[in-house]
Amino acid sequence: MSALPDILRSIGARTVEGIWRLGFAARFFVLVLLYSGQSFRRLHLTIRELYFSGVLSLLIILVSGLFVGLVLGLQGYETLQRFGSSDALGVLVALSLTRELGPVVAGLLFASRAGSAVTAEIGLMKTTEQLKAMDMMAVSPIARVVAPRFWGGVLSMPLLAALFTAMGIFGGWLIGVVFIGVDDGAFWSQMQAAVDFRYDVLNGVIKSVVFGIAVSLIAVFEGYDCTPTAEGVSRAITRTVVSSALAILALDFVLTSFMFRGQS
Amino acid sequence: MTQTRDDNLVCLRDVRFAYGEREILRGIDLSVRRGQVVAIMGGSGCGKTTLLRLIGGQLRASAGSVEVEGRELSDLSRDALYALRRRMGMLFQFGALFTDMSVFDNVAFPLREHTNLPADLVRDLVRLKLNAVGLRGAEALNPAELSGGMARRVALARAIALDPMLIMYDEPFAGLDPISLGVIGQLIRRLNDALGASTIMVTHDIHESLEIVDYVYFVSDGRIVAQGTPEEIRASADPFVHQFVHAEADGPVPFHYPGPPIAEVLLGGETR
Amino acid sequence: MSRTALDLWVGFFVVIGAAALLFLSFKVGSFSGFNSGPSYVLQAPFDNIGGLKVRAPVKSAGVVVGRVSEISFDAETYRAVVRFTVDARYAFPRDTIATILTSGLLGEQYLGLDAGGDIDMLKDGDTVQMTQSAVVLEKLIGQFMFDKAAE
Repeated sequence: MSALPDILRSIGARTVEGIWRLGFAARFFVLVLLYSGQSFRRLHLTIRELYFSGVLSLLIILVSGLFVGLVLGLQGYETLQRFGSSDALGVLVALSLTRELGPVVAGLLFASRAGSAVTAEIGLMKTTEQLKAMDMMAVSPIARVVAPRFWGGVLSMPLLAALFTAMGIFGGWLIGVVFIGVDDGAFWSQMQAAVDFRYDVLNGVIKSVVFGIAVSLIAVFEGYDCTPTAEGVSRAITRTVVSSALAILALDFVLTSFMFRGQS
Repeated sequence: MTQTRDDNLVCLRDVRFAYGEREILRGIDLSVRRGQVVAIMGGSGCGKTTLLRLIGGQLRASAGSVEVEGRELSDLSRDALYALRRRMGMLFQFGALFTDMSVFDNVAFPLREHTNLPADLVRDLVRLKLNAVGLRGAEALNPAELSGGMARRVALARAIALDPMLIMYDEPFAGLDPISLGVIGQLIRRLNDALGASTIMVTHDIHESLEIVDYVYFVSDGRIVAQGTPEEIRASADPFVHQFVHAEADGPVPFHYPGPPIAEVLLGGETR
Repeated sequence: MSRTALDLWVGFFVVIGAAALLFLSFKVGSFSGFNSGPSYVLQAPFDNIGGLKVRAPVKSAGVVVGRVSEISFDAETYRAVVRFTVDARYAFPRDTIATILTSGLLGEQYLGLDAGGDIDMLKDGDTVQMTQSAVVLEKLIGQFMFDKAAE
C-alpha cells in the first residue's frame, strides 16, 4: 500500500487545519474585543461571569496555594539548613511563588476549573441551538455570551494568582516560623530585602494577566468552535485544558526569558 | 396561483446552496404571501431547515436571490440584517430555550435586549405572551423542568415577544404526543391570524399541517417537486405527493440510500 | 442566585484579591516605587569584581543608597568598570573608597562606599578613584599558605 503519501497527506491536512484554526482564533479574538464595548455597557453580565470564574475558583486556589506553600517551606528548609542559611527561607518561598509558581500553578488550576466550565457552557449552548436562537433574535452571541465570559476570566486570573501567592507565602511562614522555628523577623526582613516590587511582584502579575488572556481566549474559542454534539463538547473541554496548559508553560518560558535575563 | 409581487413577504428565486461540495438546494422558487401560513415539506435531510436559515439570513445562498419585504438579504449590512431579524420570530426544533434563565426571563429576553420598556410593562407583556400559549402558571419554572411540548410553547411565546411580521417554525411537531401536537398546530394558526403575521413552517407531519396551512411546498433532492393548497394536495395524483400523503415506504423517494445492488455487495467479493 | 448575593460575592472576591496584591507589594516586596526619586550615576574601576552582579545593592554604613546598573570590561586597562546609581539625596566626597564586600560568608556581594573627608563632592558621571577589589577566596588561601611556608 502507499503508506508514505497517506502519511504526508495527513500531515498536510493537519497543518492546513491547524493554520486555519489559528487564523479563525485570531479573527475571533478581534471580534471579541470589538464587541467588548457592548458588553461592558451591561456590566452585570461580566460581574456574573466574575462570580462563576472567580468566586467559584476561590476555594481550590486558596487550598492549593496553602499546600504548595507548606511543601515549599518544608523542602526549602530541608535544603537551606544544610548550608546554614535557613533564615533565607522567606526569600526562597516568596521568590519562587511570586515569579513562577503563583502565576503558573494558579493558571493551570484556573484553566481546569473555570476554563473548562466556560467551554462546556458555551459548547452546550451551541449544541442546543441557543446561540443560533440568540443570533436569530438579533442579539449577537459574541457580545452577549462570549465577551462577558472572556473578560470575567481576564479580570479574575490576576486576582486568583495574587491570592494563590499570598496563601503560599502564608503556608511557607506557617511551616518555617510556626512549626520549625525559623526566626520571624529574619523570615520577613530577608524576604522584603530580596523581593523587588517591580522586578518580582509586578512581573509575576504581568505573567498572570497574560495567562488569564490566553486561557480565557482558548476557553471561549473552543466552546464557540466545538462540534455541536455531546462528543464534540467533551472533546472541546479536553482541548481547552490541554492547550491552556501548553500555552501557559510556553508563554511562561517566553516571558521569563524576557523578564529575568538581566540578573544572574 | 396569481400573486402580485407586493403581496409577497418572502420571495426566493432559483436559490442554490451547498455545504462545501455537497449541494443541498438546487434551484428553489418559493414565495410566501402576507398573512399566509405556508408549509415546506419533505423527507428528513432534504434541505428544509437550510431553507429556513437562508430566509433568516443565517446562511447565504450560493446563487439566486432571497428577498424579505422586497429587500435582497445578501445586500444587507449586518446591522440592517439584525434590524430585520427583530421582526422575525423563529422557533427552533427543540425550543433552544436559554437553560440558565427561568421561563419568564426567556420570554422577557428579546424585550429586554431590544426595548427600554420599564420592568412592570415587560412583566405584563411576558404574562400576556405566556397566557397566549397557555403557560402563564409556568413562569417561575426552569427550562429543565418543562416537558417537550411545554418547552416548545415557551419558545413560541419568546418568538412572538416582539410581535414579528414573520414567524418561522423548524419541525414544530417533532416528537410530540397527539394532544400537544394538536395544541401546537392550533396555536400556530391562531397566533398567525391574531398577530397579522405570516408563517413558514418546515415539517414532515402532513396530516396535522394540511389542517392549518394555506399553501404547501414539497421539497425533494433540493428542488420543489410539488406545490398547492391543501385541497389540491389531497386530490393530487403526483406520485411523490401520493407517496408522502400515504406514507409509503418506497416510491419516488427511494427507501435505499444510493449504493451498489445488495447482490453485488454480498457476492462481489471486493471489500471496500 | 439573586443579583445582590452575587454582587456581594464578587465584591468580596475583588476586595480580597486586591488585598493580596497589596500584601505582595508592601509586605512581601519592598515597594520602592519605579526607581523612585532622582539619582545620579558614578563609576568605579576594579581589578577584580568577584561575583558582583548588575542590580546588586550599593551600601554605605550598611544602608542601601543605590544599585549597580552596569558592569563592563575596559580593554585598555584590563580592569572592570562598575557603573552604579546613587540616590540624589546622598552626596559623597571625592575621596570616597568603593569596596566590593560580601554579606555573610556565602551571601550576595554588594558595593560598599566608605565616605572620605574631602570638601568637594562627587558629581554625576564622576569616577571613584580609590577602590578595593573583591576578596577572592582562592587567592586568600594561596596567600595564607605562602605566608605559612615562609615562616
